[in-house]
Amino acid sequence: MFKYLFAKNEDIPAGSAAVFFGFSSIVWFVVGTAMGSFNAAKLAFPDFVTGSEILSFGHMRQVHVLAVILGWISMAFAMAMMYITPALGNTKLWSEKLGVWNCFLWNVGLSLGLFLLWLGVTSGREYSDLPWPIDIVVIIGLLVPLGINVWMTIKTRRVQGIYTTNWFFAAATFMVVIVFTVGNAPEFFQLTGLTEAYLTWWFAHNVLGLWITPVAAAIAYYVVPKVTGNPLYSHRIGHLHFWSVVVFYSTPAAHHLMSAPLPEWLKSFASVEGVLILVPAIAFVSNLLLTMTGKWRMFVENIEIKFTITGVMMAIPLNMQGGFQQTRAINWYVHGTGWMVAHAHLALLGFSTFLEAAAVYYGLQTLLRRKLYSLGLANFHFWMLLIGFTTYWVSMTIAGLIQGAGKIYEVPYIDVVIAEHPYMIARWVGGTMVFLGNCVWLYNMWMTARAGTVIPAGRLPHELAYER
Amino acid sequence: MAFREYKVGARMFGLAFGSSMFITLYMPAVDIASVSATTTAMERQLAFGRVGGFSYEDPFLRGHGKPVTVDIVLDPKTGAAIEPTRAYVYTPEIPFPNGVRHPRILGELPSELSVSKGRMTDADEAQGAVFVVRETTREGISVPYIENVTATRGWTPEATLARADDKNRAFIGKGKIMFVREGCWWCHTMLPEQTQDWQYFGAPPMLGDFNGESPTAFGSDRKGPDLTHVGSRNSSREWMMLHFFNPRLVQPHSIMPRYDYMWGDVDADGRPIDYDAWRAAYDEYEAGNTIYPPEVPVPAVDSEARALIDFIINLK
Repeated sequence: MFKYLFAKNEDIPAGSAAVFFGFSSIVWFVVGTAMGSFNAAKLAFPDFVTGSEILSFGHMRQVHVLAVILGWISMAFAMAMMYITPALGNTKLWSEKLGVWNCFLWNVGLSLGLFLLWLGVTSGREYSDLPWPIDIVVIIGLLVPLGINVWMTIKTRRVQGIYTTNWFFAAATFMVVIVFTVGNAPEFFQLTGLTEAYLTWWFAHNVLGLWITPVAAAIAYYVVPKVTGNPLYSHRIGHLHFWSVVVFYSTPAAHHLMSAPLPEWLKSFASVEGVLILVPAIAFVSNLLLTMTGKWRMFVENIEIKFTITGVMMAIPLNMQGGFQQTRAINWYVHGTGWMVAHAHLALLGFSTFLEAAAVYYGLQTLLRRKLYSLGLANFHFWMLLIGFTTYWVSMTIAGLIQGAGKIYEVPYIDVVIAEHPYMIARWVGGTMVFLGNCVWLYNMWMTARAGTVIPAGRLPHELAYER
Repeated sequence: MAFREYKVGARMFGLAFGSSMFITLYMPAVDIASVSATTTAMERQLAFGRVGGFSYEDPFLRGHGKPVTVDIVLDPKTGAAIEPTRAYVYTPEIPFPNGVRHPRILGELPSELSVSKGRMTDADEAQGAVFVVRETTREGISVPYIENVTATRGWTPEATLARADDKNRAFIGKGKIMFVREGCWWCHTMLPEQTQDWQYFGAPPMLGDFNGESPTAFGSDRKGPDLTHVGSRNSSREWMMLHFFNPRLVQPHSIMPRYDYMWGDVDADGRPIDYDAWRAAYDEYEAGNTIYPPEVPVPAVDSEARALIDFIINLK
């Protein structure tokens, strides 16, 4: 990677930036889930590692969250953008060198930010925990160069139209810069009080709604038609999805603060808009599942489709929860409980991770021109992720319902803690399975780069048989 | 090939996204900006100081650059007996809170009173200042304002500090930094839910309770009790001390981490704390080999633990 930082743009092999981003994202996924597993162990066994400021739960929880969001998820997105955008434009990435620098700065900036965060240098704002100098690094060093590369690649494309995936990529790379800039304004400009509280959740909501959800969906719009060979079921439903994301998903930020003393009109408005996120959700899920028509055997046989369609199907419970749990009728019961922790992991570890994993699996094989090293290990990874995640989600949902009941029946809090204990152990087991699965994945992708069957020119990776 | 064939789409995108941002950013901002600070908001920001997260004066969140809260019964200047008063002492170079720097944050009437009656804007960071929160009646309504008692009564920071012994000093601002840095708010919310929660954890905050405070650290993921009014439920310093050192001493089923490292090297009497010996003795106790757990050292005045206890006890 380093030798390309100062090479001429035309001397850098096409796809280098995407490959670096791909491997970086897997490494960050291993790191992030290792921290998640460690944190979960501390919740299950509070005296597990103790007496150290650096290894205390309060110092590590936010590092886990941001390592998976900015390390795993966002770098997998960057990887997907850097090979899908040119592929859909029948062109090369606008600047491979910018991409390589982007990946270098991403790893350096994120490592620095998380190191500081780990030491306790925090803004004290959930999801925007990074102190503001690091926020500026994230915007200028990570997000803006990515956006420039995506936009210029679309601009210099050699086909007439812009495919659905690229609408989402272009819009999301623009919106995420706005979200980071405005969402961190309380730190840049010392905004205080309810403005600070509201903007904290405005940021948290919009990072999910205008960055993670649309880009993950965009990946599915590419992978499913590409691998199955079926055309996208409906371009128009794709339109509906795109426009309803922009209109409905950008507005319900206040539903995260239903019990805060915010203006009532804002909470009511956010709640109604929050139900309307079912429009893009239903459009997305139906479009992708109908694209699978006639190719459902690939859901069982093909690892990329297995991951993608599992992720798409997870969008169903995700959005049924997301649409309704924020209404006043339900929010008072589940807010602030493990239910929300389960929901957040359904969004990031369920829905979006499965889609990104497919993009990284497929992209690395295509770019390296190597067939996946081992199908067995890939299936092992899939099932570790699925069973681990499901264990986590079910146990945390139950824990959340216990907390909710404890809340309304005014049970002494310690009794809730005692009742939750078995589920805290189950969450740790589930999270550890995800971590172990990811270690296997890293090995599998490394061996693919080293020893995978070479894919002949003109063939696609999924057309070749596995050797292992 | 340019984006030109997407002219309509690009404009529609601008309109849709722009409208969203107008409704979710501009309109709430205008609404929230019109809110007047309550007494609670003034007490909170005066006790916490300028900012509770990363800042120039305290980049590593060690609690530097924070005011001291004192409870006094004697006038610092004249020595005459006065009503018990809570004063916020800003020694020179301690940054003032946001409501003092930008009076507009306090809302129309409170900022006007703080400036005219309380002489708040006469305060100078280089000289230091002492503030108190007062209330007055305007058109039948009680309005709080901030009084700069250094200007109105001549209470200097040094003289005010001298009137309060250790028991009457609280390092609430430093404690808030500890609360943020140690991530207490990952498990303890500072915002009761709109439910029976109000009976268990107390009244929900009001619209103007946060003007000038940053970060608000409401928390979102509750794994322990809500702390909005914890000082009203439990005001025992000794209980807090045991609980922070090792929560299992007072609540065997607690899953809270131990915060013994916040005690630092020495206890209140200057004696070094032997953590290894303490843990070994505690393990004996936990195994049932001894009847009593080892003594928990009293935290030193300048320790982080002391500040955190001050902060928690004062969440009334």
